[in-house]
Amino acid sequence: MKELKVQPIKNGTVIDHITSGMALKVLKILDIPKRDSNAVISILMNAPSKSTSVKDIVKIEGRELKPKEVDKIALISPTATINIIREYDVIEKRKVTLPNVVKDILKCENPNCISNKSGEPIEKKFNVISREPVMLKCWYCEREQSDVVSNILD
Amino acid sequence: MSISIFGEIMTFLGKDIISIKDFSRDDIEEVLKVSETMVPYAKGHEKCKLMDGKVLSTLFFEPSTRTKLSFESAMSRLGGSCIGFSEVSGTSLAKGETLADTIKMAECYSDVIVIRHPQEGAARLAAEFSLKPVINAGDGAGQHPTQTLLDLFTIKDEKKKIDGNSITLVGDLKYGRTVHSLSYALSLFDVELNFVAPPTLQMPNEVVSYLKEKGKKVTQTSSLEDVIPSADVLYVTRIQKERFPDVEDYLKVANIYRVDEELLSKGKKSMIVMHPLPRVNEISPGVDKTPHALYFKQAFNGVAVRMALLTMVLLERW
Repeated sequence: MKELKVQPIKNGTVIDHITSGMALKVLKILDIPKRDSNAVISILMNAPSKSTSVKDIVKIEGRELKPKEVDKIALISPTATINIIREYDVIEKRKVTLPNVVKDILKCENPNCISNKSGEPIEKKFNVISREPVMLKCWYCEREQSDVVSNILD
Repeated sequence: MSISIFGEIMTFLGKDIISIKDFSRDDIEEVLKVSETMVPYAKGHEKCKLMDGKVLSTLFFEPSTRTKLSFESAMSRLGGSCIGFSEVSGTSLAKGETLADTIKMAECYSDVIVIRHPQEGAARLAAEFSLKPVINAGDGAGQHPTQTLLDLFTIKDEKKKIDGNSITLVGDLKYGRTVHSLSYALSLFDVELNFVAPPTLQMPNEVVSYLKEKGKKVTQTSSLEDVIPSADVLYVTRIQKERFPDVEDYLKVANIYRVDEELLSKGKKSMIVMHPLPRVNEISPGVDKTPHALYFKQAFNGVAVRMALLTMVLLERW
C-alpha cells in the first residue's frame, strides 16, 4: 500500500504550488499558527511537482483562509494556489493575486527610510509596481526594493 | 493690496507637496505660471497681504540656510508669519518624541508645514499626520520638489520655454538628490539630457532607464568639453565630501570639474550656468560676472516659486 507523506485534510485550506523553500515564510506572512490555536498545520517541502521540479505545500486544518489574507503570499510565491477543502473535496480553487498595496509584511531595505525609525505609529507600506517579476516601491522613501524575501518582518 | 492674477486654481488647494514624481506636466506649468506673477512681490517692489493672519511652521530637523530663509522670506512677502526650529537640539525630539507627534503639534499651531528631515520618506509620513498642507523641503537623499520647481522656473524664465533645450548636468550625479529630481521632472519635457560625471559618480541606472523609457535622448560621459558646445543649460553640482565613506575616494574626484571663463568660451553665448548652491570651487568666481551666471537669480527664484506654492495650497482664490 502506498504510504502518504501527508494525510489529506477533511476541512480547511491547502496552499499548493508554493515556490520551493518558501513554505515557512508563507506561514510567517500569514501569521500561522495563531497564538492559542490548536489547528493542525502540515508542511511539505520539496515535494515532486508536474509543472516545476519541486514545490512546497501547506495544509491548514479547520480553517478556510479568505482570499485577501492569502493574496499577500504572492510576494514570495506568485504561482501558489489556494484550495478550500470541505469533507475532503476541493470546493474552491484559485491562484493568488498580489494586491496593489502591501502593508506590514516587510521592511524597507533603505536603512535611512523613516519607516525604519522605531516608535513612529505607521504601517510599512509598499506600492506594487510590477507583478512579473514582483517589484515593490516603498510608499515613504520611494526606494524600489531589490530583495523582498530577506526583508520580510519577523 | 492683494494680488488678483489668476482668479483661482483649485488643483493644489489643501494638497501636500512631497515629491516631484507626484506632478504632471500641467501641474508644473501651473506652478511656473503663478510663480511668474509672484516675482515683483518676491522682490519687494510690490506688497501684498494674501497670507495675513496665516502661520507657516518651518520644521528643520537638519540645517539648511537657503531653503529655510527662502520659505520664510516667501511667507513674509505674502504678509504671513513663521514659527519653527532649525535643529533638533532643544526640541521635544531630542527627548524622544516621534515625528508623528511633532507634526500633530505643528498642525495645531500653523496653517501650513514645511519640513526638512535627514531621513527619506519623512515628509510623506508628516503628510499622513497633518490635515494642513505639508511641503517637503528635502528628506535625506530623497526628494526636494521645491528646488526642482525653482530650477524649472529658472530655465523657463531665461530660455522662455523648457522644451527644445539641451541640458547638461555635471558633478555628483550619483548622490545628488537635486539632479535626480530634476531629471525626473525634465522627463515630462522635450529636452536632451547630458550627464557628465566620473564613472563612480554617474547618474544611477534607475534614473537613466526611466528617462530612456520616456523616450529621452540621454548621453553619459565624463568629459565636460565634449558636451559643452551644444549645451543650452549647464547645471553644476558640488561633489559632496560628506557622501564619501573614504576621504581618499573623495580626493580622487573632488576637483575634477571646474567651470571657468575659458570653458564657457567653448559653449554657446546663450548658455546659462545654474547651481543649487552652496558651491565650493566647481564654479570659478570669475564666472559670476558673466551673463552665463544664473545661480544667484536661481536662488532668488526660490522665493517666487515658494510664494506660489504657499498661495496655491492655502488659498481658494487670490
